[in-house]
Amino acid sequence: MSFLSETIRKQIEAYIPRYPSKQAVTLPALHIVHDELRYVPKEAIEEIAEMLDLAPSEVYDTMTFYQFFREKHNPLGKTRLWVCRSLACHLRGADKLLDHFCDKLRIHPGETTKDGKITLEFAECIGACEGAPCVLINDEHRLNISHEKADQLINELTK
Amino acid sequence: MTNEPVLLARINKANSEKLEGYRQDGGYQTFEKVLKEKSPIDVITQVKDSGLRGRGGAGFPTGLKWTFLPKDHPGPIYLCINADESEPCTFNNRILMEKDPHQVLEGIMFACYAIRSQTAYFYIRYEYGHAYRILQKAIDELYSAGLLGKNILGSNFSLDIFLHRGAGAYICGEETGLIESLEGKRAWPRIKPPFPAIEGAFRKPTIVNNVETLACVTHIMRKGNDWFKSIGVPPDPKNPRDAGSYGPKLYCLSGHVNETGCWEIPMGITARQLIEQYGKGVPNNRKVKAIIPGGLSMGFMTESELDTPLDFNGPGKVGCLGLGTAAVTVIDDQTSMIDVLHNICQFYAHESCGQCTPCREGTGWMLKITDRLRRGQGRQEDLDILVEVADRIGIMPGTTICGLSDGAGWPVKNAIRKFRAEFEDAIRTGRRSNLKSLTMAGAH
Repeated sequence: MSFLSETIRKQIEAYIPRYPSKQAVTLPALHIVHDELRYVPKEAIEEIAEMLDLAPSEVYDTMTFYQFFREKHNPLGKTRLWVCRSLACHLRGADKLLDHFCDKLRIHPGETTKDGKITLEFAECIGACEGAPCVLINDEHRLNISHEKADQLINELTK
Repeated sequence: MTNEPVLLARINKANSEKLEGYRQDGGYQTFEKVLKEKSPIDVITQVKDSGLRGRGGAGFPTGLKWTFLPKDHPGPIYLCINADESEPCTFNNRILMEKDPHQVLEGIMFACYAIRSQTAYFYIRYEYGHAYRILQKAIDELYSAGLLGKNILGSNFSLDIFLHRGAGAYICGEETGLIESLEGKRAWPRIKPPFPAIEGAFRKPTIVNNVETLACVTHIMRKGNDWFKSIGVPPDPKNPRDAGSYGPKLYCLSGHVNETGCWEIPMGITARQLIEQYGKGVPNNRKVKAIIPGGLSMGFMTESELDTPLDFNGPGKVGCLGLGTAAVTVIDDQTSMIDVLHNICQFYAHESCGQCTPCREGTGWMLKITDRLRRGQGRQEDLDILVEVADRIGIMPGTTICGLSDGAGWPVKNAIRKFRAEFEDAIRTGRRSNLKSLTMAGAH
């Protein structure tokens, strides 16, 4: 009995013919598991390694390099909210915006609200500088985030 | 000078991202013609003769890069599209991919035909989720229309384009970091040589090109070299190494301006024209203190340097690292350069991949020192220590594998050289930054 569902395994397998090496499927596989489970457990790492003819340590090595994938002790909430802090946003109030989110959600960057709905993160430039300060809701941009818009966003995400 | 936009010509049209509309505007007709009438060598020659230089930051001549591939290689040869666009303040590629993906895809098809590649890996940063989904739909449309896959339009040319998502790491924009990441490893840049054209993805010859560069290829093939060379700045006759700055360029404008945005402008506009004509000036009747001409790594231009043309040569003449991505960020005269520099150092310390000790430690030290300055605890010798660290990290001093830390050091050196009085004054008076969050808990 495998840990990963049949659907997830099939999604991962579908990537294998795209590349001349199975190791290249590491990132796609990690994304598939991470999107579904909101973290990548040890069991998943072992099964991905088995599917890709790798040692689990190789998958873990790649996974931890990016500091993007969460592990069992620190899973993502329902929505991952990234607040950009790089220069274009910084010049237009990103520090205060991030503080505002921290105050309202009563968490620090990297933490998840008690109800499990929002994980707050800071981000380095997310490439939407024309709408600074900006945020990412999982992987979709929202631009020109005033404190008022931030409050609306929190309402929307905690509904 | 021709100023009719091509790269952004379609972005405000309804359904600009759809194949049908793109074809109605003449899309893929040139590709079909080239497939029938021209050889791969013809395409390489045309792109080489056009004078197109890469839009990703280094400005390397695109056609010349393609000629570095080994002759008569049995294959496979790969094209990697660098859509990792992570240089802070840069977003032109995102707009191209979201609003007019087919001109990028057509450029990929020309490039793959030219370099005889049957597989293109489109490496796109994770943060561009919207662009990723738009591109996936556009690629699906091309397979349905028989423009991708085996024996395209009955020719001998076959091509697959695969999207590959990153996971939030700046270093993946470095071409060999990108290749390592694609291969499923840590994105640690490789020692060069061998360059990717000889040994790249999966140890095979590989060309890595930027998104805007490939979009330019589409228009060069469609409109010809005379058109391309009628735009921009010809080579400086006094500089035999200058390849010129031909063609249209997407300029991004962010920071302290009344209007931010991305515009297609012939290469060579000055920073002042860009800020005044397109950005409509600085808000609150303030003045420009400094700008960054093309992403953080390029360093700073002062107010008195704003008449510098933003072509491949201009920023270098005033001590910047180069044109970079032509993403201009404006900093007004009420902003502390210490806060700006601290923000920049924070970025590089976070994004150093950790492979080379001088970069990993050097970016960390520069952050610690700028943090000390920001807290009003700076010492006079800190400025010299900063410059010393910045001078010793990078491929130019020869201490690192990739250029990340050259880019990390450049704004530090520029800031202290061009704004030394402000730094010294802050140290002397023990002035603290007035930003609320002096400590920021790290998520990672």
